[in-house]
Amino acid sequence: MEMTQYLDIFIEESKEHLQSINQQVLLLEKRPGELTIVNEIFRSAHTLKGMSATMGYEDLANLTHCMENVLDAIRNNKIEVSSSVLDVLFASLDHLEAMVVEISEGGSGKRDVTKTVRDLEALEKGEAPKMIQAESKKEAESLHVYDQYEKQIIIQSKEQGFNAYELSISLRDDCILKAARVYMVFEVIEQIGEIIKTMPAVDMLETEQFGTHFTLSILTKESAENVKERILKVSEVDVVEVVDIQADKLNISSNTESDKDDKLEPQEVKLEDKKSEPQQTSISGSSGKTIRVNIERLDQLMNLFEELVIDRGRLEEISKSLKSMELNETVERMSRVSGDLQNIILTMRMVPVEQVFNRFPRMIRGLAKDLGKKVNLEIVGAETELDRTVIDEIGDPLVHLLRNSIDHGIENPGERSSRGKNETGTIYLRAFHSGNHVFIEIQDDGAGINKQKVLSKAIENGVITKEMSENLTDKQCFELLFASGFSTADVVSDISGRGVGLDVVKNKIESLGGSIAVDSTEGSGTIFSIQLPLTLSIMSVMLVEISREKYAIPLSSIIETAIIKKEDILSAHNQKVIDFRGKVVPLVNMKDIFEVPGSTEASQHVPVVVVRKGDKMAALVVDSFIGQQEIVLKSLGQYLTSVFAISGATILGDGQVALILDCNALIK
Amino acid sequence: MMNEEKVIIFQLKDEEYAVPVQHVKSIERMQPITRIPRTVSFVKGVINLRGVVTPIIDLRSRFEIEEVSHTDTTRIIIVSVGSIEAGLIVDAANDVIDLDKESIEPPPEVVGGVDAEYIHGVAKIEKRLLILLDLVKVLNPEKLDVQPTKESIL
Repeated sequence: MEMTQYLDIFIEESKEHLQSINQQVLLLEKRPGELTIVNEIFRSAHTLKGMSATMGYEDLANLTHCMENVLDAIRNNKIEVSSSVLDVLFASLDHLEAMVVEISEGGSGKRDVTKTVRDLEALEKGEAPKMIQAESKKEAESLHVYDQYEKQIIIQSKEQGFNAYELSISLRDDCILKAARVYMVFEVIEQIGEIIKTMPAVDMLETEQFGTHFTLSILTKESAENVKERILKVSEVDVVEVVDIQADKLNISSNTESDKDDKLEPQEVKLEDKKSEPQQTSISGSSGKTIRVNIERLDQLMNLFEELVIDRGRLEEISKSLKSMELNETVERMSRVSGDLQNIILTMRMVPVEQVFNRFPRMIRGLAKDLGKKVNLEIVGAETELDRTVIDEIGDPLVHLLRNSIDHGIENPGERSSRGKNETGTIYLRAFHSGNHVFIEIQDDGAGINKQKVLSKAIENGVITKEMSENLTDKQCFELLFASGFSTADVVSDISGRGVGLDVVKNKIESLGGSIAVDSTEGSGTIFSIQLPLTLSIMSVMLVEISREKYAIPLSSIIETAIIKKEDILSAHNQKVIDFRGKVVPLVNMKDIFEVPGSTEASQHVPVVVVRKGDKMAALVVDSFIGQQEIVLKSLGQYLTSVFAISGATILGDGQVALILDCNALIK
Repeated sequence: MMNEEKVIIFQLKDEEYAVPVQHVKSIERMQPITRIPRTVSFVKGVINLRGVVTPIIDLRSRFEIEEVSHTDTTRIIIVSVGSIEAGLIVDAANDVIDLDKESIEPPPEVVGGVDAEYIHGVAKIEKRLLILLDLVKVLNPEKLDVQPTKESIL
């Protein structure tokens, strides 16, 4: 079967299921007794198993299958949820994730999971309470050997409330028409259930190639007693023994079965997948229906919409000049509708940060365990929405910061209690909207940043000189953490502190149009706050005019606009400067920089836009301010890749292109 | 028939040039161009081509032919080569013809002042001499050696 077309869906969905299993297992750790959680995990694992078997990823299917067995045992109170059980579950999840990643990278999804499988099986068998074995010894020894396919059916049916029995039937020694009796027995069973396996095989039974004894495996809703009674009604049946089949005991023999049987499995599992689907939808149904849309299509939609906006602008102009009431009203209506449309299109690209945050609890658990620390992660505002493109990029920096907090921030339990703190450290991960930005904060209640240590390290690494270090404010001191080649951990650990730390984080966030700041109180914790634009494709700009050319300056880099008097312009070292709120700010004449044609008018008042890059500022001299506007960021294309001080372009309401100023290139 | 190639013919000064039709996306009338500061002189700027910001190259200036003011016949030919899309300002776009590939000859050293480097070949059809442009070379972004930025302004 051609499966490649489903591969993307498979990968996406597998990731989702793994994510949900991950979350639920974490929950289970906190509330070990709750069976609803186990059921939830079971469902996800089950679907995952079905999907992977259908796609032909056997290792994946096998591992999930073993997991399922353990989960089932938990569900049936045969195994207690202990930390060792959770560890094995997490280990299996790691394997599963690795396999899915490999598949998504074009691999075969093969992986050596025998150890984990063994662990799972040991858990399942070893820890199963003895009482079951005591209850009926013979149950343990299954008369039949079942292959994967049959096992699936049995497990499946059990889930659906069927009973699986093994019937051991003996006919009377003087029975003449054995085949007829067998047929009658079959008929009886078929009225109440289904036969899934016979021993010897059916054709041998029909040709009387057996002694007086045969066994059947059946599925039925009837009780064991009932079944027994019915079969005994068939004449010449001597003895009937009914034994319950323990689904979780069945996997032992499965691997030794022939390949022929394995091949059947995918098809069967596919059916099962379908069956379990209604359950799935009923769960997700409550959280609103969604469909997957390729982000490229959304981009196309956005592009088309922009054209509409441009045409709208033209229409508005025409209606103004025509002064027709009717046309005016129509255009106004259209403007309102298209405004709503724009909002919808923009929000369509937004996804909750939850997608990124989801993987953190698991990571924190692992790290805390590795480092011997006790950490509790509190997530607030996971529903906050961000543009998809930002979401994709923000994961790594956050991982880095969290690792940092847990490694450098949170102290060892002993240290914490000696300082009178709760042994368990807390890391808060918060996300919230504010204006046109989304803020993400990572706060720990750890040791805080040791200023002295930072300074000596910075001097040691040549980031600053000793003289400079004396006049630094706390803020400037913390900023040093973001300098490249910096690591404050005494011991370079595996977790963080490889020296490529925070400067990479800072660069990444700035490349997304955001900023990062840190604040800390020694002894009581550190907080990193990241500010991100809501979206990358739309930004707020200040439109300015230089001669007759229009330029857009991103609001994020503007401090303020001002009109200064000519006599306030000072000169220092051939550089014109102004005194801006007590600071000397260099003046940049945009007309000269951009070689704008047209003469300079000698005006008494000069409009300037004060922009910043980090702590540095510059005042850009323009001719006039047009106003603030929301614009759609467009690239200049492949041909013009390195244009000085221009980060892109946008299309204005009148259809003209305006260039967007890159203030970072103007200030060095 | 296999040996025929459809080309679009345009005019630059007194010469006629040809580009393969599959590289041409559209032919536009002259429209306002947004100048891009501090770039090479033949890049006239960018236009809004149905929502896509498209760079515009003045072919006269590109081939170092003296520039003239634009007229009613001036056209922008939007071409795309690989991932690069750009508009070429030409004096006029006249014709689409089928060109017999066998009539294409290798370029002589200099044709109409255009360096042979940018020429793919020449073709003679009746009394017309067509110069076939090598668009890949014409649109080579490496030729965009933007003026060295006046080291940090501040």
